[in-house]
Amino acid sequence: MNFTLKIWRQKDAKSKGAFETYKVENISADTSFLEMLDILNNNLIHEGKEPVAFDHDCREGICGMCSLHIDGHAHGPSQGATTCQIYMRKFKDGATITIEPWRSAAFPVIKDLVVNRSAYDQILQAGGFISVRTNSVPDANAIPIPKADADESMDAAACIGCGACAATCKNGSAMLFVAARVSSLAKLPQGRVEGARRAKAMVAKMDELGFGNCTNTGACQAECPKQISIAHIARLNREFLSAKFED
Amino acid sequence: MSCFLSNSSLGKKLVMSVTGCFLVLFILFHMSMNVTAIISPEGYNMICEFLGANWYALAGTVVLALGVVVHFIYAIILTLNNYRARGSQRYAVTVQEPGVAWASKNMLVLGVIVLLGMALHLYNFWAKMQLVEILGGHTNSLGLAVTDGAALIAYTFSQWYYVVLYLIWFAALWFHLTHGVWSMFQTVGWANDTWYPRLKCIANIVATIIFLGFAAVVLVYFFCPCIAGAC
Repeated sequence: MNFTLKIWRQKDAKSKGAFETYKVENISADTSFLEMLDILNNNLIHEGKEPVAFDHDCREGICGMCSLHIDGHAHGPSQGATTCQIYMRKFKDGATITIEPWRSAAFPVIKDLVVNRSAYDQILQAGGFISVRTNSVPDANAIPIPKADADESMDAAACIGCGACAATCKNGSAMLFVAARVSSLAKLPQGRVEGARRAKAMVAKMDELGFGNCTNTGACQAECPKQISIAHIARLNREFLSAKFED
Repeated sequence: MSCFLSNSSLGKKLVMSVTGCFLVLFILFHMSMNVTAIISPEGYNMICEFLGANWYALAGTVVLALGVVVHFIYAIILTLNNYRARGSQRYAVTVQEPGVAWASKNMLVLGVIVLLGMALHLYNFWAKMQLVEILGGHTNSLGLAVTDGAALIAYTFSQWYYVVLYLIWFAALWFHLTHGVWSMFQTVGWANDTWYPRLKCIANIVATIIFLGFAAVVLVYFFCPCIAGAC
């Protein structure tokens, strides 16, 4: 398969970027999207040009490192899949593919397609933890947890913090990420203890870092590679408001 | 308490939700009064007389105006905030994500249309009814009694361009409410995956009832002006 790639190139955080067009040829349909970029970079290196910088790590769809806004979709055209899980058979032979970095004020571009997502780490540090004794290992099943609660908690814990939600949101809102983190802990007894403090601290950090306000469009859940539901946002709203009214 | 309603994103959204809920309830109330004008113009005029510029109607007007002002100012603040958060560099390629309603992404534009329609409506009706009464008058610039609401409706909607403008206004309100009504439940946290389809269905029903109720009065008075005894 042959493709024309329109890729955002930007030297560093301060430089002004622009799209550049590249051609890749004889790509197997079973090549993953990131492997296709590896092939492009290999060609660029052989031509003595600067390779395209992009984030990637596990390439198994679980680390949340890959990003890329492909043809208008965060993580490309497949639903419920990260960029690394997209294969070139998803595209038409001869297609022009536009590849952009995440666009959100809180995720500044570092270079080419790489953005700084440390804002999510800061939100997590603000309250995405539980305080427990860490010496001896506790007995398994010492605290009974209803299956439905455990399932909901796990659904939220599927969040890999890739940033697709804020990158997709027209308001640059990080609500789905924050909601997933708050929700996964709020549904378990171990996380319940610090529930009120966590919701307030994480929302305050999210606001402080310049993320936008959720307007309930649902675009985030449509593009989330882990298909996390905005029902978790409703839970975050409940957690936050009840914590504030208790103050 | 007072500060989180103005300095936290979720607090500001709570204000949008509560004022929005108040405005929806008011619009339902207003719509049901209007429908009376189709059933019985005399009955409608009795309502006009009952409300008029009495203290309870004036107090209601002030609270209502406050609701509109707060809802609109918060909308502007939140939208400006969101615009900044999105960043100066926009995507070159954008798509409509599956399952995302058009209205949900255009609430401010729809809200501005609703507000412009409201300005026209205040000029057409409020300025010729309650305002005249507040200023001590008994007949408005059209020579109609301030409590003769049915005649004012008949006069206004005998002009086709007002019919068109009001229908555009109601359509914008319909779109605004299809998102707004379920969204206010989500914002206060009263929603989950089971309830989303139900809430969205309720939102569509509420928006449609409001649209039909208002539009019916305009259309009936345009096509059958005899209803108000104008012929």
